[in-house]
Amino acid sequence: MENANVASIETRLSWRDYFGMFKMRIGIGRNKYRAAPGLYKTGTPKPDSPVFVSANYKMSFDLLRSNLAGIDAWILVLNTRGVNVWCAAGKGTFSTRELVKMIKKVELETFVSHRELILPQLSAPGVAAHEVMKNSGFKVKFGPIRAGDIKRFIDNGKVADAEMREVTFSLWERFVLTPNELASRLKVSFLIIAAILVISNIGNGLFSFHWELYRGIFGSAAYIIGLLSGAVIAPLFLPWLPGRSFAAKGALTGLVLSTLFCLFIHEQLGFMSVAAILIFASSVSSYVALTFTGATPFTSPTGVEKEMRLAIPIQIAAVVLSCALWIARH
Amino acid sequence: MKGFRYLKNVATLKLDSDVCIGCGMCMNVCPHRVFRIDAKKAEIADKDACMECGACAINCPVKALSVTPGVGCASYILQTWVKKDKAACGCGGAECC
Repeated sequence: MENANVASIETRLSWRDYFGMFKMRIGIGRNKYRAAPGLYKTGTPKPDSPVFVSANYKMSFDLLRSNLAGIDAWILVLNTRGVNVWCAAGKGTFSTRELVKMIKKVELETFVSHRELILPQLSAPGVAAHEVMKNSGFKVKFGPIRAGDIKRFIDNGKVADAEMREVTFSLWERFVLTPNELASRLKVSFLIIAAILVISNIGNGLFSFHWELYRGIFGSAAYIIGLLSGAVIAPLFLPWLPGRSFAAKGALTGLVLSTLFCLFIHEQLGFMSVAAILIFASSVSSYVALTFTGATPFTSPTGVEKEMRLAIPIQIAAVVLSCALWIARH
Repeated sequence: MKGFRYLKNVATLKLDSDVCIGCGMCMNVCPHRVFRIDAKKAEIADKDACMECGACAINCPVKALSVTPGVGCASYILQTWVKKDKAACGCGGAECC
C-alpha cells in the first residue's frame, strides 16, 4: 500500500508545539519554524477522505492538524518557505503553481478517488481555483478562514457560511501580535536610547556636555512610552480610538500617555522640555502604530500608502522639533 | 469586521458588470463581505471594506474584476520607497502583512 509511505500526524499538540507557538509570538526563530512540505494523514484516511491544503509555517500546520481531531483526512503541505497562509498567498509562494506542482509531486491522484481539495480561504489571493482545475483536474474548494471552523464546515456539507468567510480581529487576536511588535524593535530601540542619552546631555554651548543623568532617563522614558503606546496600547484599543488613520490613533494614545507621565515630572523640567517629551512620544507612537497596519487584516495598500505620504513627513518634522526643544532645554 | 474601517474612497477595486457571469466566486473568497449577488450579477456592496488582497480578481474566471493587489503594510511600503524593487517584508512567518 502506498498509504504506508505517508507520515501520520497527531491532532493533539504537545507542550513543545505550544512552546514553539509561544516563541513565534515573542519573535524567536521565526525564519526557521517549518514543517516539511508533502502529504500527511490524520486518523486513517480512505480514498474518499477529504484533502486539506496548508502552508509549511509550522504554526499554520499545527493549527490545522489540531482542529482535525476525529477526522480522517489527508493534509497536503505546500512549500511556502515557512510563511503563513495569508502572507504566502499575498507574496506568491502559496500559489496556483506551487499547489499544482505539489499535487503532481506527491501523486495525489494515487491516494484519493475524488478530485477535490479544501484550501483555507485566505490562500485565495494566491490560488486561482479555475487555473488549478485546468492544470491538475482537482477542484478547489475554499474552506473557512479559521481552522477552528473546519468541523462546522464539514457538518455544514462542506459549505462555508458568511461568518466563516469573514475575517475577525478580536481583542485577543490583536493582543497576541503585540509581543512581536516590541521584540522586533529591540535592536533599534537600544540605538535610539543611546542617541537620546547623548542628545539629552548636550549643554547650552554646542557639544558642551553637562552630564545630567535624569534628562537622559526622562528622554528614554519618553521613547519607551511612545513605543509601548504605538505597539501595544493603540493596537489593543484600535476599534475604540477615533478616526481611521493609524498614525492619528497612535499619536493620540502617545499624547495621552506622555501627558500622564509629564504630570509627574514636569516640575523638574522646563516648559520646552515638557513640550519636547509630548511631541516626541506622540510621534514615536504615531509611527509605530502606522506600521501596525502590516499586522491587521483590513488595511489596503493604497490606503496605507496614502496615509504614509501625509503622516511620515509630519512625524519626521515633529521628531526634529522635539529634539530642538529638548536641546534648548528651557 | 464591525469597528474596523479603514480610509474611505481609496480601494482600486473595479467590477465590469457586462463581463460578470454571476458565479459568486468573488463572494466566496472575499474576507470582508465586499460583494453581493443580485439578479445573477456580482455587485460591489461595500467598496470601502476592500483591503485589496486580490483574491477576487485572481479567482474571477472571466476577469470581470480588477484590483491593484498588495500588502497594506507600512514597513513594507517604506522599503519599496527606499529600495524600489527588492523589498522584503521583514516578517519571517506570523500574521503580519
